[in-house]
Amino acid sequence: MESLHDAPHSMGTTIIGVTYDGGVVLGADSRTSTGMYVANRASDKITQLTDNVYVCRSGSAADSQIVSDYVRYFLEQHTIQLGEPATVKVAANLVRLLSYQNKNMLQTGLIVGGWDKHEGGQIYSVPLGGTILKEPFTIGGSGSTYLYGFFDQAWKEGMSKEEAEKLVVKAVSLAIARDGASGGVVRTVIINADGVTRNFYTGDTLPLWHEELEAHNSLLDILSSDSPVPMST
Amino acid sequence: MAQSFEVPNGHSVEEHDLERTLNPYVTGTSVIGLKYKDGIILAADTGGSYGSTLRYKSVERIKPIGKHSLLGASGEISDFQEILKYLDELIIYDNMWDDGNSLGPKEVHNYLNRVMYNRRNKFDPLWNSLVLGGVKNGQKYLGVVNMIGTHFEDDHVATGFGNHLARPILRAEWHADLSFEEAVKLVEKCLLVLLYRDRSAINKFQLAKITEEGTTIYPRYSLKTFWGFSAFQNPTKGAVGSW
Repeated sequence: MESLHDAPHSMGTTIIGVTYDGGVVLGADSRTSTGMYVANRASDKITQLTDNVYVCRSGSAADSQIVSDYVRYFLEQHTIQLGEPATVKVAANLVRLLSYQNKNMLQTGLIVGGWDKHEGGQIYSVPLGGTILKEPFTIGGSGSTYLYGFFDQAWKEGMSKEEAEKLVVKAVSLAIARDGASGGVVRTVIINADGVTRNFYTGDTLPLWHEELEAHNSLLDILSSDSPVPMST
Repeated sequence: MAQSFEVPNGHSVEEHDLERTLNPYVTGTSVIGLKYKDGIILAADTGGSYGSTLRYKSVERIKPIGKHSLLGASGEISDFQEILKYLDELIIYDNMWDDGNSLGPKEVHNYLNRVMYNRRNKFDPLWNSLVLGGVKNGQKYLGVVNMIGTHFEDDHVATGFGNHLARPILRAEWHADLSFEEAVKLVEKCLLVLLYRDRSAINKFQLAKITEEGTTIYPRYSLKTFWGFSAFQNPTKGAVGSW
């Protein structure tokens, strides 16, 4: 029976893909860890496949990079042969092919998102194993476990670009607060008919969550400000 | 135990593992099928679980195959998607003959059985339990085949938890020539029990029927659940502690 098997390994990272009225917003944290050490605190997990299609990578950095490289290579040739930009569906299915055919070796969950003139903005989830599912929004990586409830409540159909990006940034920020394997900055990529916009949100621009304190340069700044109030825990 | 990275249309030299039984990742739970007066009904929920997380809530696990069959799958969704591709090729090949004949449910079931059993023999299974139902020339057919190649036909079938929870109900209450309404009510009785007692079940269902006329896949819907037993109100009244 399926229920006897272990749950799949959860993967370091928080990645999100969300559709809105006119395109998609992809979001990710920026932490790459080797065991307990943060190897890269400013990684870019949202990788370009074509001008109009990007992929959010989670799980093994090596595996997700090699899959992205192969898919980019195939899509380049495909675009030349097709004579027009590749569709998001084709990109996502190429990702699926590699993930499925090499399921024994790969440990990577991917979110493919982009915009094409046929179907507009689309998000495809390609988790471990190589299943492909088209979704209005999807979350992935180890940090995503903390976001299922959040999205169940906060997601709604037909958001604007601004609302969608705000939602993604808030969500990644919440996941970073609780997931040790996620951290650093929040990167977003917005893809629509007008093109691609990359954004970058550092800790000081994000809201503070439960038990998080405002950042200061030094205790001395706090002590020297107006009326020092005795600290209490 | 060397392997090569498989690339689409690549000239990779494949050396398969000596052992290769894998683990499922995204899985679907029970499928129920039963024969009724006009044909076959298949039902399943639309959940895709990722371990214990109910990750995907709108997965279609029942699909039409050719003109005469319906396929329902439980188990690894990526393997089900791959099976659909194999069946697509099979049906296209069948159509290319353009001879007025078309593969019936019995043939499709047999094909699936061959695929599943041969993969099992190579220790490289497609991690699914499949329900294949259909009608051709007035003959109703309903069969199951699973990842180890076990296959059989019956008047009512189920996969996964459905084997334990739904089949006893079906054995007691199924009879030949059920009307559509009776069949739906019976299937829903099973779906409800599974919803109560299967942790990986979700309250969103897909019901499909196939008759001589064709296939109908109904829009997804949810069932009301009942919690009003008086014993549920205060189950530990009078007990010391709360158990």
